[in-house]
This record gives sequence, C-alpha cells and structure tokens, in this order.
Amino acid sequence: MGPGGFSLIPLEGGPPEFGVSAFESRPLFPSQIWLESSGQQAAWTDVWVTNHIAQAVIGAALVIGFWLLVSRRPKIVPGKRQFVGEYLYEMIRNGVARSIIGPQYRRYLPYLLALFSFILVNNLFGQFFLFMFPTFSKIGFAWGLAAASWILYNGVGVKRYGLIKYFSKMTMPHGVPKPLLILVAPLEFISNFLVRPLTLGLRLFANLFAGHLVIMVFVVGGSWLLWSTKASSPDYSPIWNLAGGLSLLMSLAVFAIELLVGCLQAYIFTVLTAQYVSSSLAEEH
Amino acid sequence: MNLLEIVGSINMIGYGLATLGPALGVAWIFASVINGTARQPEARGAMLSTAWIGFAVVEALAIIAIALVFVFK
Repeated sequence: MGPGGFSLIPLEGGPPEFGVSAFESRPLFPSQIWLESSGQQAAWTDVWVTNHIAQAVIGAALVIGFWLLVSRRPKIVPGKRQFVGEYLYEMIRNGVARSIIGPQYRRYLPYLLALFSFILVNNLFGQFFLFMFPTFSKIGFAWGLAAASWILYNGVGVKRYGLIKYFSKMTMPHGVPKPLLILVAPLEFISNFLVRPLTLGLRLFANLFAGHLVIMVFVVGGSWLLWSTKASSPDYSPIWNLAGGLSLLMSLAVFAIELLVGCLQAYIFTVLTAQYVSSSLAEEH
Repeated sequence: MNLLEIVGSINMIGYGLATLGPALGVAWIFASVINGTARQPEARGAMLSTAWIGFAVVEALAIIAIALVFVFK
C-alpha cells in the first residue's frame, strides 16, 4: 500500500523505511481527490489527516472509553472492573495530585488523570503491533501537551493572584537583595516561562524519538544483516548473520526498556505539570 | 561493498559527552532522596517534591543540548 492506500497499519506493504524518514506521517485516505482539486503533485505532509493524527485520536477515544467503562455503575464493594479503575485513579489522585498540589488538588485532578492516561496510551502504541509508533515521537503532539500545561499553570496563577502580582511573584523570588534582582529576574523569567514548557515538550519527544530510533536500529539493522547478506558475495562472512540474529534477540530487551521509558515519561510529565501548578499557587513565604 | 557506512555529524559524540553532567546531577538528586528516605521515611513526600523541581532544572541542560545537536549540524 503506497502513499494512496489505507496505511494505518504501518507494517504492511510499502518500502522499508530507515532512519529518520520512518517518522514521516502518511495520509490516511487516498489523496486523489486532493490532487485533482489542486492540480499539482501533493507532498505527503500537506494532507493533514495522517496515520499519526488517527493514532492520537484513537488513543484519546481509548482513554475516554476506558474511564467511562471503569466508572460505570460503581458499587460499594468494587468488582474487578471497578477495582482496576480505582487502583489507577488513586495512583494519580494520592500519589501525584494530593501529595504535590495539596488541599485544593481536586480541581486539577481530571486534567492530570487525562494527561497521564493519554500520554501512557500513546507511548504504549510504540510497542503495540497495530501501530508500532509512539505518537509523541512526532514533536508537534508533544508541543500541544506542553502548551496545554503551560496555559494551565499560568492561568491558575493569574486567576489567583492577578496578572501583575503573579508575574512579579514568578520573576522576583522573595528574599533576594534588590541589586541582585537585575540578575535574578531575567533568569527566573526564562526559567519559569520559557524553559519549563520547552523542556516539558522536548523531554517527552526526545525520549520517545530516541527510543523508537534505537528499536529501529536493532530491528531493521538486524533483519538486514540477517537476510540481505548473500553467501555468494565476495566478502561474505557468517559473522554478519550471527550479528543480525543477536541484534534481533537484543531488540526484545530494547522493547522492554521502551515499555519502562514510556510509563516513566507519562508519569514524569504528569508530576511536573502538578509541580508547576503547585508552584503557581504557592504563597510567598 | 560498503556494508555499514556511517555518515553524519560528529556532534552526537559531543552530545554524549555533554550528557555526563546532567546524568551525574540527576543521579545525585535521586541518590540523596533515597538516602534521606532511609534516614527519615516520613519526610519522603517533601523531599520528592523538591527533587522533581531539581530534576527538571538539571535535566533541562541535557534536553536543550539534544535540541542544539539537531540545530547545529
């Protein structure tokens, strides 16, 4: 299935893609209609309904469906379904929201829970056979979440303190001598308003991008060494095939590490968002 | 026949060296939290929340560096 085909399933058909080019999105639907209306050659990136957008939407639908399912008709003595839901819910509620934000954590809990489960599901897509691609290794998706968290923690601070007071609270830490503020205030501004969202987005993106690239090195490189080296070629050596087989075996370990990294990054993103919200709410002392 | 030809920029090696600092920093932060928890288990929450802030700031160096690796080819 080439550029025109239904290519939600990336493992089927098409030329094998190596390296960074494997991260390019493909349009989900045949682009003939689009081509005829514009009358020119379509670049794949111009068609915005891509397999990765579809993946993110499917992830969101899965998250919504899961939480609707486990929260339906709750009983005093929970069954298996409710138990699983409550276990996950309490991990975020007590472990992240309540312990970091403090008494008024309830208002931010829905966002944090949605954030955690959405990132987790999308990260696990990297190891899931239908997709084999972590959505957040496309940096645009990570920027979207970072922007949402940035708006949240700044909006919360502005709402509580007012624009001027919040801004001065975030740029001028209490107890710093006046002359030093010339140095400290710009640094605090950069750190609190620019570096925070930048690192939130880049941390998520870089971890998944690098992880997916390492998986590809092991799997694609390994299978290439295993199959593409012909015994008839002059400089053939069985060591290549051996190395290919070993690297395919090692790829299983890399997959396991990527499962860990995916869960960890979802947790870290949630914890840091909660942390930033809590720092916006905190009183001067 | 070039079986495995490596092309590209050497700045990935520079990035590898540059991650040593943040790696040691992050390790030190969480090692301190583990130490502190062993000494005073009930203070774990307070230590962890400070540790997350410190972790974000220290790791920012490595994260900005990986962006710069791709910017300066």
